[in-house]
Amino acid sequence: MTEITDVALLIFMVILAVAISRMQNLFMVAVMMGIFSFLSAVVFTLLDAVDVAFTEAAVGAGVSTVLLLGTLALTTREEKVAKQKNAFALLAVIATGGALIYGTLDMPHYGDANAPVHTHVADRYIEKSGEEIGVPNIVTSVLASYRGYDTLGETTVIFTAGIGVILLLGRALRKGEKS
Amino acid sequence: MFVAAMIGILATMVLALCRAILGPTVYDRILAVNMFGTKTVLFIAVIGFLTGRPDFLDLALIYVLINFIGTLAVLKFVTYGDLGADPENEKGTR
Repeated sequence: MTEITDVALLIFMVILAVAISRMQNLFMVAVMMGIFSFLSAVVFTLLDAVDVAFTEAAVGAGVSTVLLLGTLALTTREEKVAKQKNAFALLAVIATGGALIYGTLDMPHYGDANAPVHTHVADRYIEKSGEEIGVPNIVTSVLASYRGYDTLGETTVIFTAGIGVILLLGRALRKGEKS
Repeated sequence: MFVAAMIGILATMVLALCRAILGPTVYDRILAVNMFGTKTVLFIAVIGFLTGRPDFLDLALIYVLINFIGTLAVLKFVTYGDLGADPENEKGTR
């Protein structure tokens, strides 16, 4: 059953992507991208990547719709139509797509137990992380200890971005109070 | 039982998708998007029970909230033409 739902959802995504690319009204495109995000969030859930699905739904369907609408309020709602067809652009797109599909041929199949991601270090984390780190949750011990420097870098980036946003928004708010 | 529910949800997803792509007016499409969000929530709930992991219900609840706020933002944009507009004042005073 899950195979059928996987295929059905991916077909929906393809149909929707073609429909979006043929639309001229940018407001409609922004709204339809919400459906696309919901579909990809469901596919991520089916792939057991629940955290990615969370992010996709919150960012893709929630925040980016609002940001795109805010941009549309400042600019125009209609797309400028290209008069002539560009054969070189079509060739470049087909070549890039072909290269990407060729790249997937080497990848392990969906659910393959011998894929590198399952044979590399996951077993060691599951068996030893309890006694090595002493945290019952394996994901927490991987994030906070085995990949501690990586997580430190990520939180530094997010912290810096947060400071930037506060500085930008705070300046606008202070100006608004004065005037 | 859950398989039948899944097939039903997929069928209604197709219908909502048709309305979103064909829909002549803005409101058809907004309603279709809102409907599709609801279908997503139902889909995740059913797939949780189908695969024996009802914990997915938490995820479905988050999607309900996101869908609601997204629809509100779109409707505000349609009504006022601006997300920062103050409904208390006149239209588009910014």
